[in-house]
Amino acid sequence: MGSIWFWFVAAMLGAYVVLDGFDLGVGILHPWLGRSENDKQLLLRTIGPVWDGNEVWLIAGGGTLYFAFPLLYASAFSGFYLALMIVLWLLIMRGASIELRSLMHIGVWRAFFDGLFFVSSALLAIFFGAALANVIRGVPLGADGYFFLPLWTNWLPGTSPGILDWYTVLGGLVALVALALHGALYVAVKTEGELQQRVRSVVPRLWIVLFILTGMDLFASVNVRPDILDNYKAFPVAFLVPAVVGISLVGIFFFSRKNADRNAFTCSCIYLAAMLVGAATALYPRLLPSTSNPSLDITIQKALSGPHALRVGLVWWIFGMGLAVLYFVIVYRMFRGKVSLHEGGYGH
Amino acid sequence: MDALLLHRIHFAFTITYHYLFPQLTMGLALLIVILKTIAIRTNNERYNEAARFWARIFAINFLVGVVTGIPMEFQFGTNWSRFAQVTGGVIGQPLAMEGVFSFFLESAFLGLFLFGERRLSKWQHWGAAFMVFLGSWISGFFIIVTNAWMQHPVAYRVMPNGGFELTSFWGLLTNPWALIQYSHNMSGAVITASFVMCAVGAFYVLENRFPEHGRIFLRIGVIAGVISCVTQIFPTGDLHGRYMAKHQPAATAAMEGLFTSTKGAPIVLMGQPDEQNKRIDNPLAVNKVLSFLIYGTTTAEVAGLDQFPPDQWPSPLPLLFYAYHIMAGLGTYFAALMALAAFLLWRGKLYTTHWILWPLMLSFPLPYIANTAGWMTAEIGRQPWVVYGLLRTSSGYSKYVSAGNTLFTLMGFMGLYTVLSILFLILVYRIVHRGPVAGPAEASPQSAFTS
Repeated sequence: MGSIWFWFVAAMLGAYVVLDGFDLGVGILHPWLGRSENDKQLLLRTIGPVWDGNEVWLIAGGGTLYFAFPLLYASAFSGFYLALMIVLWLLIMRGASIELRSLMHIGVWRAFFDGLFFVSSALLAIFFGAALANVIRGVPLGADGYFFLPLWTNWLPGTSPGILDWYTVLGGLVALVALALHGALYVAVKTEGELQQRVRSVVPRLWIVLFILTGMDLFASVNVRPDILDNYKAFPVAFLVPAVVGISLVGIFFFSRKNADRNAFTCSCIYLAAMLVGAATALYPRLLPSTSNPSLDITIQKALSGPHALRVGLVWWIFGMGLAVLYFVIVYRMFRGKVSLHEGGYGH
Repeated sequence: MDALLLHRIHFAFTITYHYLFPQLTMGLALLIVILKTIAIRTNNERYNEAARFWARIFAINFLVGVVTGIPMEFQFGTNWSRFAQVTGGVIGQPLAMEGVFSFFLESAFLGLFLFGERRLSKWQHWGAAFMVFLGSWISGFFIIVTNAWMQHPVAYRVMPNGGFELTSFWGLLTNPWALIQYSHNMSGAVITASFVMCAVGAFYVLENRFPEHGRIFLRIGVIAGVISCVTQIFPTGDLHGRYMAKHQPAATAAMEGLFTSTKGAPIVLMGQPDEQNKRIDNPLAVNKVLSFLIYGTTTAEVAGLDQFPPDQWPSPLPLLFYAYHIMAGLGTYFAALMALAAFLLWRGKLYTTHWILWPLMLSFPLPYIANTAGWMTAEIGRQPWVVYGLLRTSSGYSKYVSAGNTLFTLMGFMGLYTVLSILFLILVYRIVHRGPVAGPAEASPQSAFTS
């Protein structure tokens, strides 16, 4: 039962990264792609009807985590207190910047929210990447399952690290570049003409940086936490996951060279999902490892909710996810195709 | 300042600010569905224009509600980790269900509702509006189920490690406290929406701008207002009060300012509680009414605070007393105002009677105060427990998050929400100023919320 919920929560967070990832990416690239007011409007239109739905995966994933693994939810959210609060502020500012910018026809108003959109999107990507790296590196858990990390200490991933150290910052940079590339490929799918040409020209540069960073990050992860290979050694078939990471990365390069934007974007989705599955495979059955003593690790067993709640949850979760997928199909079909400025909005 | 107090203020501030927005959107979603229904049935384009106007107000409120709601989902873990750890097995369920069943629904259909009127048939568009209404009311239900369990824990078992485990899913969802609280709360949300709709309508009629739309707003607002103001008091408020007196007697005694147990207890309409001397200063009281309201007889004994050890008194007690009295007092005023307005509407004099249009225009902030005060009554009344009778608030907060860290983030939220409030007011002013009828063509918006 615990393993099922482990993979359910992982799937929800994975859906979040793949879906909200591209609209975060649009924010990261916004200053470079949005040269004219028309470009900026088009960029926002590519994500306008879908970004908040994408973000729901984070909220619903958080709720499901609370429900299935209360100890992990309590320990991690209070332990990463300051970083989590900053993430919340960034989410607020980002939502406001997307929705409020076009409500006023004032140049500085729009420029301000454009800037806020970029800064909040970029920092969120970095924080999400760093968060995952924190989970892989582990935290100094106490006997009661709790910890508290300051934002930084000496920038080294030792036994008393900060939320940010060289390893987690590297993870943040991987996320920044990966989501920027993901967003670029999405924009290429959703636009045409000059804007599409511009975004296609950004792709190879981002790709080469991502290629290097991904390699460095895999290497660093194995060095910081040698035990992440344990599961892989025990079940060599799991090495397929990193292989998929590599293949999808090559696929992005291959398809984007041929201007097959849709395929390249699909490869990018697979890349992000495989990176997460790879991390989850390395962790399983741990949820949050300790930096000092494996017996203090928060495991599925330690954090799991009671059996009645989880059994009932299985029924509504599967039903609810079916509905959610249905809504997404409806919305994405409704707003499929290239975006244009001519199509009327609502009301005015 | 100690950490416990700061964690309490942190949650109180962020939740109070957040709930200023959902209380309007939940009520307004219903009124928009009504407007759209009338538009289809009468083929009167004015009603469609009215629905579009309120959709714009709805969108901006929904946005602020969403972005200020995200912190709520995470604050149980960040600031109340001990509470979260032991209760996750029970209330994690409704919170997760809210995300899965409500937020996906709302986000999908809000886009279609705000953005898809030209792509959808009129019935499909009506359906999108209805789904948004449904999503927001489902969301409210799961939150109330969560809160009701904290007020009145049911269907649980204590596990060996001290945590709580759910024993009956249906028992949790049909907690009687939840059903009473939900009807009282949703009725309160409709009151807020009705007053806001009336205020804009009265403004347009008094200004003689868009008077035709103004009269529609007034008509719908007053009818919805009078119904919701009555149901707020009877049966929902009455049931809630009596249920509370039965299950949280200390809270009832504190709310009513009853320091000593009394047969034929009076109701205190006004006064200032003095905890040290255990009395109400300057009381304005009506004899025997409290006993009658709770037990239906003027001689019944009502338990006073002297029945409970002081460490089980709700705190801060005076704030609870004021919150409750403000809620009840305003609720009475709402019912009177709306009854009068409904009478004038029936006599066909509402739109020309200035002495009723003025209070209708100016009263819209009051339901926000009343709803907030009602929630303060529930939340302070539950003290000193975070889960009534089971877990003290002082055992629930995050021990490892220092007072300094909490104050830092509290100030961060205060600053951010101040800026958000200013932007919100500017944008709502603009929507009301422009009015419900499309002006000269504007550059069209690109996103679900903008309109």
